[in-house]
Amino acid sequence: MRKLGLKRLLTTVGVLAILIGALAGCGSSKASSSHTTNQNSVAKIKKRGTLRVAVFGDLPPYGWVNKSGQRVGYDVTLARRVAKDLGVKIKFVQVNANNRVDALNANKVDIVLANFTVTSERKQVVAFAKAYMKVSVGVVSPKDAKITKVSQLKGQNLIVTKGTTAENYFTSQQTSANLLKFDSKTQQFNALKNKRGVALADDNSYLYAWVKNNPKYTVGIKGIGPKQYISPAVKKGNTSLLNWTNQEITKLTKAGFFKTDYQQQLAPYFGKEVKASDIIINH
Amino acid sequence: MAHSGIDVLTAGSNFSRLLGGLWVTVKIALIAILIGTIVGILLGILRTLPNRPLRFILRLYLEFFRIVPTVVLLFLFYYILPKQFNVNLPAETVATLVFALWVASEMSDIVRGALESVPQHQKEAGQAIGLSYWQLQRYVLIPQAWPLGLPATVNLMTRVVKTTSLLMLISVMDVINIGQQIIEANNKTAPNGVFWIYGIIFMFYFIINYPLSRWDKHLNKRRLEANH
Repeated sequence: MRKLGLKRLLTTVGVLAILIGALAGCGSSKASSSHTTNQNSVAKIKKRGTLRVAVFGDLPPYGWVNKSGQRVGYDVTLARRVAKDLGVKIKFVQVNANNRVDALNANKVDIVLANFTVTSERKQVVAFAKAYMKVSVGVVSPKDAKITKVSQLKGQNLIVTKGTTAENYFTSQQTSANLLKFDSKTQQFNALKNKRGVALADDNSYLYAWVKNNPKYTVGIKGIGPKQYISPAVKKGNTSLLNWTNQEITKLTKAGFFKTDYQQQLAPYFGKEVKASDIIINH
Repeated sequence: MAHSGIDVLTAGSNFSRLLGGLWVTVKIALIAILIGTIVGILLGILRTLPNRPLRFILRLYLEFFRIVPTVVLLFLFYYILPKQFNVNLPAETVATLVFALWVASEMSDIVRGALESVPQHQKEAGQAIGLSYWQLQRYVLIPQAWPLGLPATVNLMTRVVKTTSLLMLISVMDVINIGQQIIEANNKTAPNGVFWIYGIIFMFYFIINYPLSRWDKHLNKRRLEANH
């Protein structure tokens, strides 16, 4: 390879920087104008004949793929129903937690139905419709040493996973427990089994599913801290689809759709401890 | 061995789904290599021209695709560019395009290097018998550069096949993505399934890449023998 002179290297770097700057510049200028043309309005979707929905492909029981290769789950059932009520075909786009926002904003999908928790940060970049599910922090403990009140945790070791709502809640609002922090779900549950803490806190919907397979444990505190809501999300500015989705959620709630969806998709995973009313919402 | 998790592979249509994912992987890699190689050879020849602005632009192109990680390129082409220019290509097309551009840039450097490695006297001898520029390329330079560039090309191919594992980031249903669907769907009932799924994916990649690797070795050996 030929040796690059320092001058040429600097020129190359300079030109690259200008190119990137130009890209970023036109990014910021055009992002605002793209709001004005709504390519995903209800009328446009009906004309196109397909609704593009972002779903998870690896999160049972919300959005996953069963052994015959079909997409199933609580979110997926809702997605199919929404498409049916719009009178269009459905096209699933599988996303990860990280690219749900990008998929919407880059126009890859019309709506996200992927266990999307409403947060104030996300509200700034996407538009959330009415919630169809609620979760909050739960605390799981062994059945023979059950924890049912936060006061029982005082001075005891409580297991959490870093970056979860549970960690956040017990760091900022309930500081009486000693937190043992882990990096993954697998690690935290192993720690609980090895009795490194008296209890473990996480999103209650995960805990319900876990105790189903670990009958020696129970979700003693079903919900503490602020409730969190799971909502459909559409692109910011897409009021047409947002309004339609809001009406649809109200209609489906009245018709008892979420109750059936819960019974079919979530109940087999959650076990008997949980009632539909712990998860679904009555608007 | 009821709990070894191997039945995760055979349950339902899991295995044929994995094969379907593999086909997506292979298809994208193949088309990208094909287009990338053709474009790359042309660009490589252009880079041996004495035209400085042209060489500078092509150099910039090469460096851009060589420096920027493939993940970033995929993200840029799938999520960011469509927003600016209002072109919305399907994920598989974007994937093929990005990989083809990447292969073309790397190929252009391999071809340039190979052409420049052909001894100068060969070129001068060609010019002396009155060959035109393209005749010189066609009959003198390319035939001699070919064996010089081939091992690096084969190496590039194996890298392309392996890098397709990043495609799950832009919603392409490649073999890794399908594998993860199956792993997560069975995680509760067969926690060891993950071993078998990644095991079979390893075998798939091995079956594709090992012959390439053998071919590469064979080419190197033949070149060494030819030189002695």
